[in-house]
Amino acid sequence: MKRAGLWLLAAAVLVTIAAPWLAPNPPDRRHPGSLYAPPTTVHLFDGGPRVPFIYPQRLVNPLERRFEEDTSQPVSLRWFTEGRLVTVYEADGGPLLLLGADSLGRDTFSRLLYSARTSLGLALIGTLGALLVGAFVGGLAGYAGGAIDHALSRFTDFVLVLPAIYVALALRAAMPLVLPPATVFVLLASIFALLGWPIVARGVRAIVASEREREYVTAGRALGATPWRLLTRHLLPATAGYLAAQATLLLPAFIMAEATLSYVGLGFPDTVPTWGTMLQQASNISLVVDAPWMLAPAGAIFLVVLGVNLVVQGAGRTPVQLEP
Amino acid sequence: MIRFLAQRLTFALLLVLVVSSTALFLTRLAPGDVTAQLGPFASATEIASTRARFDLDRSPGAQWATWLARTVRFDFGDSFLYNRPVRGLVLSAAVNTAVLAVAALALATLVGIPLGVFSGSRSGAGAAVIRAMSLVCLSVPPLLTSLLLLFIAASTRWFPAGGMTSADATTLGGSAWIADVATHLPLPVLALALPIAATFERLQSQSMTEALHQPFTHAALARGLSARDVILRHAWRVSLRPICGVYGLAIGALLSGSFVVEFVTAWPGLGRLMYEALRARDIYLVAGCAAMGGLFLAIGSVIGDLLLAAADPRVRERQAP
Repeated sequence: MKRAGLWLLAAAVLVTIAAPWLAPNPPDRRHPGSLYAPPTTVHLFDGGPRVPFIYPQRLVNPLERRFEEDTSQPVSLRWFTEGRLVTVYEADGGPLLLLGADSLGRDTFSRLLYSARTSLGLALIGTLGALLVGAFVGGLAGYAGGAIDHALSRFTDFVLVLPAIYVALALRAAMPLVLPPATVFVLLASIFALLGWPIVARGVRAIVASEREREYVTAGRALGATPWRLLTRHLLPATAGYLAAQATLLLPAFIMAEATLSYVGLGFPDTVPTWGTMLQQASNISLVVDAPWMLAPAGAIFLVVLGVNLVVQGAGRTPVQLEP
Repeated sequence: MIRFLAQRLTFALLLVLVVSSTALFLTRLAPGDVTAQLGPFASATEIASTRARFDLDRSPGAQWATWLARTVRFDFGDSFLYNRPVRGLVLSAAVNTAVLAVAALALATLVGIPLGVFSGSRSGAGAAVIRAMSLVCLSVPPLLTSLLLLFIAASTRWFPAGGMTSADATTLGGSAWIADVATHLPLPVLALALPIAATFERLQSQSMTEALHQPFTHAALARGLSARDVILRHAWRVSLRPICGVYGLAIGALLSGSFVVEFVTAWPGLGRLMYEALRARDIYLVAGCAAMGGLFLAIGSVIGDLLLAAADPRVRERQAP
């Protein structure tokens, strides 16, 4: 079970890194003849078996957005051209739309791959930030004890009670609504770190508070180690396992948080492909009924989160869903 | 007991105060204000009068002081968006959210806990299937569930796709109106309840397995009690403790989850209202929604504490005066 989860996650990371090579089309290229086009079928038989090919799609009824394959002229796929694994030139009868096209005629599959870079990257950086802040605050509280511990723990508990999505919403809404994508990335990563650290800090505090009573810490202190050195070299490494466990909780939560914020229009602008902005395009459900491939990012999110949960369950812990 | 209640009440008041005040200041200090809603052609006097109406011409501190003085008398100010007092708006939205949340929590409890007891006390195909289903449900957060359910509803027409009432609901009488809402309820409730039910199932299953490995269950079995009695009357009671601990947190998850579900399925609850208010910088509506959210959280944590005390005598002993 754990292995299946790890395979899923490894596949997700590989696909994310190799996105520009795997994507048949640039994510932002609009194909004006292919608005809401269904997925292109890759055929292997034309009378007899032959190399993989497609039939060009032609819009036969613009009112119903009905497409039909033009079976008179098969087009072979082009492998390893223009730095892409596989594509079909538009002049030959393309585009190759493995998961159909969206309302602007952009390739859903290519956008899905590029989206993974923003969505997963943001979740990863948010998680790292939350772990860093949480380890620092928790370590400080646990090591210092006394009034500092009391104040920090109270504050941690308070932030922990708040429903995260509302805080994220309020913080994001307090900023100007239109921002450049890079600023949004930094802003969201900071908000995620701000929301995630209390969960981490509480556990780290408990571990550090109990570890500091152990003999090796006393020995270190007797040898003249500074508190900073004790904390960073001896006490925080003891929390590594705990931190890894927390990361598996935070990562799915942050993927979802990005999707949610972008979905409601407070995340990335819709020119940036992320899983959230792609889902937002699927928010008009009466259109999606005729174009179900627009829900593809939901599948991508599901697979990544399932991968994480499989690893958690396989490691003998209980997967729970952090809000949202 | 009285001391305990007083403590919780102080905590609740403090939570509501801090949350709503923070929301007020955040909205006030954010760039732009509610006058942007007047449009680009608003005259200077119009803008000035709107600013005066929402105390935006005074310092944030002074505004907070007047707001607080009115709030303790249960006057939460006016909403710009709806041009109505905030109190009525927030109350009706809160009722809608509460209906959704209570139904989802009940469903999650009724489905999750028995399945957890079953899968935690047995090994076999049934337990494995339940575990797999839970893992899948845990990996589909409310945003995805509600989108998928909406998609299914729209393509099969088994359920109305979104909304709380039909378009002609205002013409319906009392019982017909309730029936109308009831047909709209399953979709958002299901979307909200599935991940929580799965969380309950996983926790219950794990703590059940742990409880069954403890000496007292062996002792009970040795005394000749049936396995059924041991599981349902002895082990289950002990295994409830972690569930009760999570119940208080589940209320927070419900609030967060209900925001997404309300947004996707167009349920007129607190989440949607808060979102609209935040975007429009409708300052008193933001503060009112935040206060109501804080109240929900406080109620949730009290319920969690009471459940914990009910399930674990040690907690009761400690809190007794």
